[in-house]
Amino acid sequence: MPRLIITILFIFFAYNGNTKTIVVRADKANAIKNALAYCTDGDTVSIEKGLYKEQDILVSKRITILGKDYPVIDGVKKGQLIVVVRDSVIISGLQLQNTGRSSMTDMAAIRLQNVKSVSVTNNKLVNNTYGVYLQNSHYCLVYKNTIRADAKDELNSGNGIHAWKSTHLLLQSNNISGHRDGIYFEFVTDSRIINNTSTENIRYGLHFMFSHKDVYSRNSFINNGSGVAVMYSKQVEMYYNTFRHNWGDASYAILLKEIADSKIEHNLFDKNTVGIYMEGTSRIQVLYNEFVENGWAMRVQSSCDNNVFEKNNFLSNSFDVATNGTMMLNTFNNNYWDKYDGYDLDKNKVGDVPYYPVSMYSVVTERVPTAMILYRSFLTDIMNRVEKVMPSIVPDKLKDDNPLMKSLKLR
Amino acid sequence: MKTIMKYVVADLIRNKVIVVYAIILAVLSFSVLSIDENPAKGLLSLLNVTLLFVPLISILFATIYYFNSIEFIELLLAQPVRRNKVLLAEYAGLTISLSLAYLLGVGLPVMIISPNLAAITLLMSGFLLTLIFTAIALLIFVLFKDKTKGIGAAIAAAMFFTLLFDGLLLIFIYSFNEYPIDKAVLGITAFNPVDLARILMLLQLDVAVLMGYSGALFKKFLGTGTGSVYVVICMLFWVLLPLMLSVRVFRKKDL
Amino acid sequence: MIHINALTKSFGSFKALDNISLNFAKGRTVSLLGPNGSGKTTLIKSILGLVIPDKGTISINDKQIGNDWQYRSHIGYMPQIGRYPENMTIGQVIKMIKDIRKDNVQYDEELITQLGVDKISSKTMRSLSGGTRQKVSACLAFLFSPGILILDEPTAGLDPLASEILKDKIIQECNKGKLVLITSHILSDLDGITNDVVYLQDGKLIFYKSVDELQHMTSETKLNKMIASVMRNEHTKTADI
Repeated sequence: MPRLIITILFIFFAYNGNTKTIVVRADKANAIKNALAYCTDGDTVSIEKGLYKEQDILVSKRITILGKDYPVIDGVKKGQLIVVVRDSVIISGLQLQNTGRSSMTDMAAIRLQNVKSVSVTNNKLVNNTYGVYLQNSHYCLVYKNTIRADAKDELNSGNGIHAWKSTHLLLQSNNISGHRDGIYFEFVTDSRIINNTSTENIRYGLHFMFSHKDVYSRNSFINNGSGVAVMYSKQVEMYYNTFRHNWGDASYAILLKEIADSKIEHNLFDKNTVGIYMEGTSRIQVLYNEFVENGWAMRVQSSCDNNVFEKNNFLSNSFDVATNGTMMLNTFNNNYWDKYDGYDLDKNKVGDVPYYPVSMYSVVTERVPTAMILYRSFLTDIMNRVEKVMPSIVPDKLKDDNPLMKSLKLR
Repeated sequence: MKTIMKYVVADLIRNKVIVVYAIILAVLSFSVLSIDENPAKGLLSLLNVTLLFVPLISILFATIYYFNSIEFIELLLAQPVRRNKVLLAEYAGLTISLSLAYLLGVGLPVMIISPNLAAITLLMSGFLLTLIFTAIALLIFVLFKDKTKGIGAAIAAAMFFTLLFDGLLLIFIYSFNEYPIDKAVLGITAFNPVDLARILMLLQLDVAVLMGYSGALFKKFLGTGTGSVYVVICMLFWVLLPLMLSVRVFRKKDL
Repeated sequence: MIHINALTKSFGSFKALDNISLNFAKGRTVSLLGPNGSGKTTLIKSILGLVIPDKGTISINDKQIGNDWQYRSHIGYMPQIGRYPENMTIGQVIKMIKDIRKDNVQYDEELITQLGVDKISSKTMRSLSGGTRQKVSACLAFLFSPGILILDEPTAGLDPLASEILKDKIIQECNKGKLVLITSHILSDLDGITNDVVYLQDGKLIFYKSVDELQHMTSETKLNKMIASVMRNEHTKTADI
C-alpha cells in the first residue's frame, strides 16, 4: 500500500515536467534555508552529508527534500526543525536531532501543519521532544522512520508520532522508542497503523482518544511504561499485534476505555501485567487471541457489556480473568483455558462442564492485594479446591460453557 | 570431615528410603510433565510437590537418621576428631544424599522435558529447602534426647512451616488489611523457609501479577533481581542459623 | 596415666558422678563395677569427652582434657552397643576409622584375623548379628594399639570362643604396659584379667582396690565372691555407725 502511494506521488512529479535539483552542502550557515528560499514548486532539494545547525526550516513549497547518507540537521536544543505547510511535500533520508523543549509549543522534528499528501520516509529522528507531528493533516504517509529519544519523565517529553485532528493517515514500519507515547492519536479517523514497533516509551506504546474507524495491525508494543491505551473511540480494529512485557501497577497490554463496536483479533499478549483491561466497553469482539504468561489475561470491569470472547488461548497466566463485580453481561465461549481440568466424555473436543475463569484467589487478592504473597501456597491451594466444590465468592455468571480441550493453533 | 562425609554419603545412597524417594520423585515428575501439553502447568504441580514433600521428607528422614546414628556418632567422637566436624559431616552427608535424590528425581526429568529459568528456579528452591530442613532436623537432634520426641518435633515443624504459618499470616493480612503492611508481610515471610522458596518461584512465574500491585515496595523489591537475591540470602540464613545453633548446643551436649 | 580429680556430673537432679577422684596407672587392667545407674558409663564417657563434666578435671598423660580432642588418639574405645551405618560393609567401617585416624599407620590387626572379621568384610552392617557387631567394635578398639583401652561391656553378646580371644588380647595388651578400663556385669568374665577394681554406687566411689588386696581381705578367689563379701562388710560397717 505505501509503495502504491509513493508510486502515485512519483507519477505526479514526473508528469509535472520542468523541475530542477538543488544540491545543498554544509559549508555555509543556513544552507538549507537559503536553498529553500531559492527553489520553486516541484524542485528537489538534495542535501549532502554533513552537519547542519538550523532550526525552524519552513517548507512552504511543493518540493522533495532528499538526504544523501543521512545528513544531520541539528536543532541544538532550540526550536523545531522542519515545519511543512504545503501539500505533497516529501521528506526523506535525513537525520533530525535535538529539537528544543518548551512548555508553550510542542517542539517537533517534523511538523505537518494543515497539509495533504505529505510523506515522511526513511528518516532518523534522534532525541527530539516530538518526532513527527501531524496537525490537521490528511492523506499523509509516515513510513520507515526510526524515531528514538531518551525521555526521563512524562512532563518534559513528547510523543514519537503525534497526530491530531487528522484523517486518512498511514503510519507504517516505523520504529519508535524512548518517547512519552510512541504513537499518539487524538481526533484521528480512517487511519491505519501497520507494522510499527513501539518500545520502551515511558507512558504508552500507542495512545489514542476520540479516533474512530482506525485499523492497527501487525504492530509490536513492547516494554512500554503502560502498554497501549485506547479510549473513547468506535470501530477500532486491532489485528495481529504483539503486546509484550508491559509491566507495572498501572500497566496494561491494552487499556480499553469507553470503546464500542471494535474488533481485537489474532493478537498476542505475552508477559503483561494485564493483557486486556476493559472499562465501559460495548460490543467488542475478542477472537483468536493468545494470552501467554500474563499476570491477568483480562480484567473485565462490570461496566462492560455485550462483548464477546471466543476462540482465544489462555496459557500460563497467573489469573485468567478478573472482574470487580458479580454482574457479567459478556459472553465467554469456546476458548482454550489451560487451567481447565474438566473432562470430555462425548469426545467432541469441548469440555462437558463449564469453566469459571475467575479463580477464587484472584477474588481474594482483588480485595486484599497483600494476600498475593501467599499465592500458590498449599493453603491457598486448599482454599481454591474448596471453592471449586462449593462456589461462594466467584461470580458464577462469568463462565465458558464450551471450553476447548485442546489449544487452538493461532500462530 | 570430608572423610566422614564421604562414608555417610556412601551409606545413604544405598539407603532404601532415599532410593525410593528419588524414584517416586522421578516417576511423578515424568508423569506430570508429559501428561500435559503445557509443561509450565507440570512445573506448577512439581512446585506443589516440592513445597509440600521436600520439607516433610527431609526433616523426617534426617531426624530419624540422626537419632539412629547416635551410637555411631559416639564411636566417631571417641576418635581423635573435633565434635563439630563429626556433626557437620553427618549433616553434609545427609544433605548431599537428599539433595542428590531430589535433583535426580525432579531435576533430571525437568531438564530433559522443559529446561528453562523457571525450572532451574524450582530446582534451586527444592535444593535450598533440602538444606534447610536437614539443618532444622539437626537442631532437633541436638536439642532432644529422645528419638520419639524428636520425631514429634520434626513433624510439628514441618506442619508449622507448610501450613500453619501461612494460615496465621493470612489471618494477619486479613485483619490488618487497612494498614500499610506490605513491608511487615514481606519481613514475616522471611521467617518461613517454605514461603521463601515459594516466593522465589512466584518471582519467576507471577512477576507480572506482583507488578500489578500498587505497593511501591512490592514493585521495587520484587520486580528487580533484588527480590530473588534477598530471598536466596534469607534461605541461606535458614541453613546457617540452625547449623550454627546446632554446633553450639552440640558442643555442650552429653551423649 | 589417667588422673581424675573431684569429677562431678548431674543429669537434671540425678547425680551420675559425685566427686570422684581416681588414678589409673599403665600396665593395669581396671574393672569398673557397680549396679545399673551407678555411673560407670558416665565415667567412661567423661574420659572419652562424650559427657561434659560439671566439675572436676580429667588428665590424660598429665594433660588436662578440656576442649582438646587430640588426646583421644591415645584411646581405643569399644562401646556397649555397636551400631553402624546400615549400608556400610565391615571393610568400609574399618577403612573409614583408619582414614579418620590418619596419624596412626601402624595397625594391630591381630584381632581382625583371630575373630574372623576379615573373612566377612564385604558384609553390610545391617545383616550382622549383635555379636558380630561387637566383634567389629572390639577390632576397632585395638586397631591402633592405643595406650589406653576403654571397653564398655565387651563380652556381652560375644560367643564364648570370641570372648576368650578377647580376654587373651586384653591380658596381652596389659602386659605390654597399656591401661585397660573395663565395665562388665559378668564378673566371671573379669576373673584372671583384672588387676584393680573400682566399685561405684549412686555416683559415689565405694572402693578402689587391687584384686590382691581384695583377695587378702576376703580370702576369696573368685571376683564375684570377693565383691559380695566386701559389700557385705561395707554394709555392716555403715550399719555399725
